Order: sequence, then C-alpha cells, then structure tokens
Amino acid sequence: MSMSTSAAAPTKSRPEFRNIHVSQIVRYRMPPAAMVSIMHRISGAALFLALPFLLWLFDLSLISEGSFDRMAAIGSGWVVKLVLLFLAWGFLHHFVAGIRYLVLDMHVGLELPQARRSALAVYAISLPLTLVAALKLFGAF
Amino acid sequence: MASDTPSAGIGARRLVVGAHFGVGSFLLQRLTALILVAFVVILAVRLMAAGPLDYVGWASIFVPLWMKVLTLVAILALLYHAWIGVKDIWMDYVKPMGVRLALQVLTALWLLACAVWSVQILWRV
Repeated sequence: MSMSTSAAAPTKSRPEFRNIHVSQIVRYRMPPAAMVSIMHRISGAALFLALPFLLWLFDLSLISEGSFDRMAAIGSGWVVKLVLLFLAWGFLHHFVAGIRYLVLDMHVGLELPQARRSALAVYAISLPLTLVAALKLFGAF
Repeated sequence: MASDTPSAGIGARRLVVGAHFGVGSFLLQRLTALILVAFVVILAVRLMAAGPLDYVGWASIFVPLWMKVLTLVAILALLYHAWIGVKDIWMDYVKPMGVRLALQVLTALWLLACAVWSVQILWRV
C-alpha cells in the first residue's frame, strides 16, 4: 500500500517473491483478486475433469424412467454428494468470477479498490449460493 | 504486417508475435462464456417453469428441437471454452514440448468425443 513512499525512504528489507517456489506459496498472502483468479483456474480444471462424470449423469437422467432412478440412486451416496457439492462450488465460483472478468474486459472497475471489492463480491455471491446447494444436496429442503 | 523495412522489428510498433492466435482464443473464450451465461439463464427459467422435477418433467425440457439445438450449441461452446482454458493450463505448467503436445492432443480428442456423445444424449430423448 505504501509503494509511493517506499522509493524515497530506505525501509526495512521485505521478502521478495519473483518466480516463487512451491514451498513459498503457503507463506504468500495473495490479495482477494489473486485468490479469485487461481480459484477460477482450479474450478475450471475440476469441471473439465468432471466432464465425463457429469455427461454420464446427464445421459442417465434422460434415457428412461429407470435410468433416471439409477442416476438419483448414484447421487444419493454421501461421497458422490460431496463430489457434487465441490463441483457445484466450482461451477458457481467459475460462473460468478467469469462474469467479473467479462466486466473487467470492458474496462469497468479496473482501479485497485474497485477490483478488490468486486473480488470480494465474487465470494459474497458464490459462497452463499454454494451453501444453498449444500442444503439442497443434503436434504434440508 | 511483417515487412522487410529495417524499422519493422524495432520501436513501439514492433511485431512481437506472428499469427495472433492468442487474440482469437481470447475473443472466443469470451464469446463462448457469453453463450454459456445465456444458456444457464434460459435453463434456469425452464427449470422453474417445469414444476416438479421427476423424470417426465426433466426430460420434457429437452424434447423440443429448439431446446436440443440450444443445448448442443451451449455444450459445444462449453467444450471450446474448456479447450482454450485447459490448453492455457498445459502451456503454463508443462514445459517439455513433447509432453505438452501429447496432453493437448489428448484434450482435444477427449473434448471431441464429448461433443459426439452429447449429440447422442440429446437426440435420444
């Protein structure tokens, strides 16, 4: 935050991160926008890997009444529910963060404070929606 | 753009890359994203209008031809969107060219297979 003054006055040495090593990642506190960015990539990769599973469920859900019931039975196990919840988070994060990127592409909210706020807004929207998905998956309503 | 004049390779207007594949990928990633947002909205509206989601209610959403076509367009957009994203991941983290190329080919073939599978899934309803 004090980048403008640090050039003039000599300050105490700070840790420098250039091409950071894997072991440094845990100590590197990323700003919210950077977290949104890496989560966007992780969620996208997860959704890509889950593609065959999701297409298979989609297929089962449409073939017949019997296969629909089979799909529902597969989705009733708690391990599968956890996987589906993770994928629901992945979709919701990727969706909301993606809309943020589309807005940023139009050069809206590029200033640091606004970008920081919109990054936090991504969590404020995607995480409650994930909670709703969790409640739905585990039968709260 | 590339010219043989001595000034072509230097200065503010220097040519940095060749074929501008990146710009095309960038734009198509955004275009496919917009298609997917639109499809999610349409599907959400249809889901809310469908009432109880038993087999008949769910399957009837995908019976009309226009919904099949729309869903297939969305799936193809999704697959191309995934292609650009996954290709970027390979390009960022996998440095040996042979391994990267193999992973990219496998990704492309896999996404192509998913596209064919999607047609089968949708047109069986």
